[in-house]
Amino acid sequence: MAGITSYGAYIPYSRLPRSVINAAWGRGGGGRGEKAVAGIDEDSISMAVAAAIDCLKGTDPKTVDALYMATTTAPYTERLNATIAATALDLPRAARNADFANCLRAGTSALLSALDAVKAGSMKRVLVTASDMRLGGASGEDEQLFGDGAAALLIGNDNVAVEVEGSYTLSDDIVDFWRSHEDRFVRAWEDRFGLDEGYKKIPAEAAAGALMRLELKPKDISKVCFYGPNTRRHQELAKIMGFAPQQVQDPLLDAVGNTGTAHPLMTLVSALEEAKPGDRILLVSWGNGSDAIVLRATDQIEKIKDRRGMKGHLQVKRVLDNYGKYLRWRDMVSLAPLSRPAGAPVSMAAEWRERRSALPLYGVKCNKCGTVQLYMTGSAMRAHICLECQAKDDFTPYRFADKRGKVVSFSHDYLGGGIDPPATRTVVDFEGGGRGLFDMSDRDPDEVKVGLEVEMTFRKLRSLAGVHSYFWKCKPVRD
Amino acid sequence: MPGSIRDRVAIAGMGCTKFGERWDASMSDLIVEAVYEAYADAGIGPEEIQAAWVGTSTGSTGMTISEPLRLQYIPVTRVENACATASDAFRNACYAVAAGIYDIVLAVGVDKFKDSGISGLGDGGIPGPGHGMMAGASGPPPASFAMLATTYFARYGLSFEEGKHMIGRVSYKSHVNGARNRKAHFQKEVSMDTILNAPIIAWPLGLFDCCGVSDGSAAAIITTPEIAKNLRKGKEPPVFVKALQIAMAPRDGDFNTKFDYTHVEATVRAAAAAYKEAGITNPREQISMAEVHDCFSITEAVTMEDLGFSPRGKVRDDIENGFFDLDGKLPVQPDGGLKCFGHPIGASGIRMLYEMYKQLQGKADELLVPGQPSRQIKNPKLGLTHNLGGAPAGCAIFVGIVGLEGA
Repeated sequence: MAGITSYGAYIPYSRLPRSVINAAWGRGGGGRGEKAVAGIDEDSISMAVAAAIDCLKGTDPKTVDALYMATTTAPYTERLNATIAATALDLPRAARNADFANCLRAGTSALLSALDAVKAGSMKRVLVTASDMRLGGASGEDEQLFGDGAAALLIGNDNVAVEVEGSYTLSDDIVDFWRSHEDRFVRAWEDRFGLDEGYKKIPAEAAAGALMRLELKPKDISKVCFYGPNTRRHQELAKIMGFAPQQVQDPLLDAVGNTGTAHPLMTLVSALEEAKPGDRILLVSWGNGSDAIVLRATDQIEKIKDRRGMKGHLQVKRVLDNYGKYLRWRDMVSLAPLSRPAGAPVSMAAEWRERRSALPLYGVKCNKCGTVQLYMTGSAMRAHICLECQAKDDFTPYRFADKRGKVVSFSHDYLGGGIDPPATRTVVDFEGGGRGLFDMSDRDPDEVKVGLEVEMTFRKLRSLAGVHSYFWKCKPVRD
Repeated sequence: MPGSIRDRVAIAGMGCTKFGERWDASMSDLIVEAVYEAYADAGIGPEEIQAAWVGTSTGSTGMTISEPLRLQYIPVTRVENACATASDAFRNACYAVAAGIYDIVLAVGVDKFKDSGISGLGDGGIPGPGHGMMAGASGPPPASFAMLATTYFARYGLSFEEGKHMIGRVSYKSHVNGARNRKAHFQKEVSMDTILNAPIIAWPLGLFDCCGVSDGSAAAIITTPEIAKNLRKGKEPPVFVKALQIAMAPRDGDFNTKFDYTHVEATVRAAAAAYKEAGITNPREQISMAEVHDCFSITEAVTMEDLGFSPRGKVRDDIENGFFDLDGKLPVQPDGGLKCFGHPIGASGIRMLYEMYKQLQGKADELLVPGQPSRQIKNPKLGLTHNLGGAPAGCAIFVGIVGLEGA
C-alpha cells in the first residue's frame, strides 16, 4: 500500500513575538505568543529544501523520482521552482518535478497526486514539500497571524510508516480570500461570509465524507490535523467536525503561526512525531474546497523518529525583538540607499553551466591522491587540476552539502554586509576533508569562534532584477 | 638555472605624486606629474625613453601613458597584477634592460579611484553564476583580511584586547610616519585610544586598521649601471636592483586545509627567493628598512613574520617594543605605508621603491612636512618592498630588494 515513508519539517530560526508587533504600532505590549519568521536569506524554495533535507535523512536523493513542491509564495511564476529545490537536493535529472500552486490546499493536492502516481506504479518515490511565507500588510491582522515554515513527506511503497486509507475532496470556488498577481497582500471578503459559508462548513463536509467512505466515526481518529487561520476558528471547526479537544493536534498557531499551504502538513508532522503504530490520523486542508485524508501509522513509524521535525525546530530559536529588522527583511520600509552598488546581476548562462556543481554543492575527490576538494571561483565550480597532486580531470564527484564542518577563520563584515549587516564570512573545513568559504546564517556574532561546528544550509543570496540567486551557507549546529 | 637581477640594472630617476583624494587631478594629470619628476631627477627628456611599462588597474592598454605623455611610437606594455601591479611593471622593465634589449626604460604605476563615487573598492566585471557571490564569500578586502586576525589571535592565544592593541600599534606607527610626509594621503598622528575605539569595519578590524583608497602615480627610470652612474654624476648615487621576485598562490587558502590563515605562504616563498637572489642570509639584521603591504594592520603584522623579520608567533613583541618604528632597529613604512601614504592600487609598488630610493640617497627630508622632526633613516644600505595583490587566501606576492652599489 502506498503511503508516507518519511517526514520532515522546517521552522525558521527567528520568532517574532506578537507583543513586539503590537508595541511597534502603539497597541501596548500585549499579544498571544509569537510567529516564526524566515530570515532575509530564506524563501519558500529554501525552506522547502530545509524540510526535504530533514525528510530525506538516510535516503539517497538519486532514488527519488519527483519533487512536488506546494506553495502560494513561489519566488518564480515562470520558472520551475520545484526544480531549483530538486537540483539543490541532488535529485536525478530525470525527476518529474512539478509546482503545486495558488491555493492553501496545494500541499494536500500534491500529497494526493504523489500517492496516485506511486499507486499507479509510474513512480516509486515522490517527495512532497509544502512551504509558505505569506506576507501580512504592516499593522494588519494577517501580520499577526501569518508565520513561515515548511513540511516534507516522502511517498512510496517500501517501508511505509503511514498508510493512506482513503480521502475525500471537495472543490468550491468560494472566494473568501484571494491574491491576484498584482497583490502583495491577501485580500478578503467580509469575514463572516467566508466563515459561515466556507471554513465552518466545507472542511467538515470533506472530513465527514472521508470518514463515511471508510465507515469510520470521529471517535476512531487518534488525532485530527487541520488548517486554522487562528486559534479561535481552529477550535470552532474541531467542535463542528465532532472532535474532542484531546483529539486535536496542536496547530502551533501561537508558536509558529498560520503557515498557509504548509500548515496542515506541518501539523501532520507534529502528529506523526507522537504517533504509535495503529493510530489513525485525519488530515484536513482548506482553500477553495477541502481535502480530507485518513492515514494510519504502521510499525515503521517508530523507525523514523530521529527527524528534527517540528519538535526539534521549535526548540531552536532566537527571539527577534526588533520590529524594524522584520520590516527590513520583508522589504516593507524604504531604506536609506546603500552607499555601495548592489553588484553585478547573475549570468543565466554561467548559472546553468554550473548547475550540477553549484546548487547541489559538489566538489571532487581526486582519483590519484584521494584529496577531497571544493573548487569555487566567481565563474566556475568545476575543478580540472588537483590542488594536491596536480592530476588533470581525474576526479569522482563528491558532495559537500550533507557534510558538517568546523570554522577555521571568520570575520563579521560591516562594510559589504548588504542590507542587514554584519555578514559573517567563514572559512569551513569539512569533516572528511575539503575546505570552502561560506557566509554564516542564523548566528549571533558573539557565538562565532574558530573551531565552531557548522552544517550547510541552502539559502537565497540575493534578488536582483527579477533573479533570485541561491547557494549554500553554513550555520551553527544546534542539536 | 635561473639567473639573478642583482646589480644588473639601476634606477636613475624617480617621481611620485602626492597621494590622496585628488579631486583636482585626472589619471593623465597624475601620470604627467610623476613621470616629469622622474625625467627631471634623471636629467633626461622623453626622447631618451626607449620602451615603457605601465601598471594600472583602472586604466587600459599602454595608451594609458602613451597618450598623456605623447610618447612617440615606442613599445608600451600594460601590466595588471592587483596590488602588485606597479612592482610587476617595474620588474618587467628591469628585465628588458638586463636582457640588453633597451638602455633606458620607463616604469609607471597609476590609479584613479576617487571618481567612482563610493568609498572603498567596488565590484565589477562580467556577471557570473549565482554562487559567484559566495566565491568571494570572504567578502570585500576588510572581511577577507580580518580572517588573518581572528585566526592569528586564536592560534597564538591572544585575547581580543591583546590582539587589537597589537594591530592598533601597527597603524599608530604608520600615522606617526605619515604625519611627517608632505606627499602622504593622511598626514596626522592618531592616538591609540582613537585607534582602539574606532568603528568596526570587519570584525576585529576597525577604521584605523584599514588603509584608504587613494589616487596617485609613481614612476621610475631604469637603465644600466653605467648609464645610471653617468646620468647621476655630481648628484646622489643611483639605486641598484638587488632582487625582484613574484610568487603567485594557487588560491589555496579557500580550498586547501593546509593553509592556516595565520601566515601567507606566497610571501614566505617570494621572500626566500629574493633573499637568495640578493645574497641575504639574515633579513632581520641585514635589511635596513622596508615598505610592505599594510592594506590592513594585521597584514603588516603577519608579513613581518613571513619576511623573517620576526619569529613565528612573536611579532607582537617587536611591534609593541617599537622595533619597526622610524627610530627602531628595522623601520617599516617610513613614508606612512599604504595606511597613511595611500593606496592607488596600480601605483603602490613604485611608490614604495620611491621611498626606498629617497632614503638610500639620503634625501628623505625633501618630503618633510615643515616643522616635523627628520624622517631620514640613518645610513640605510638595503631596502625591501613587498606587495600582496588579492586576498590572503590567494594572492600575487612581490618582494623586491634595492640598495646602494656594493650593498
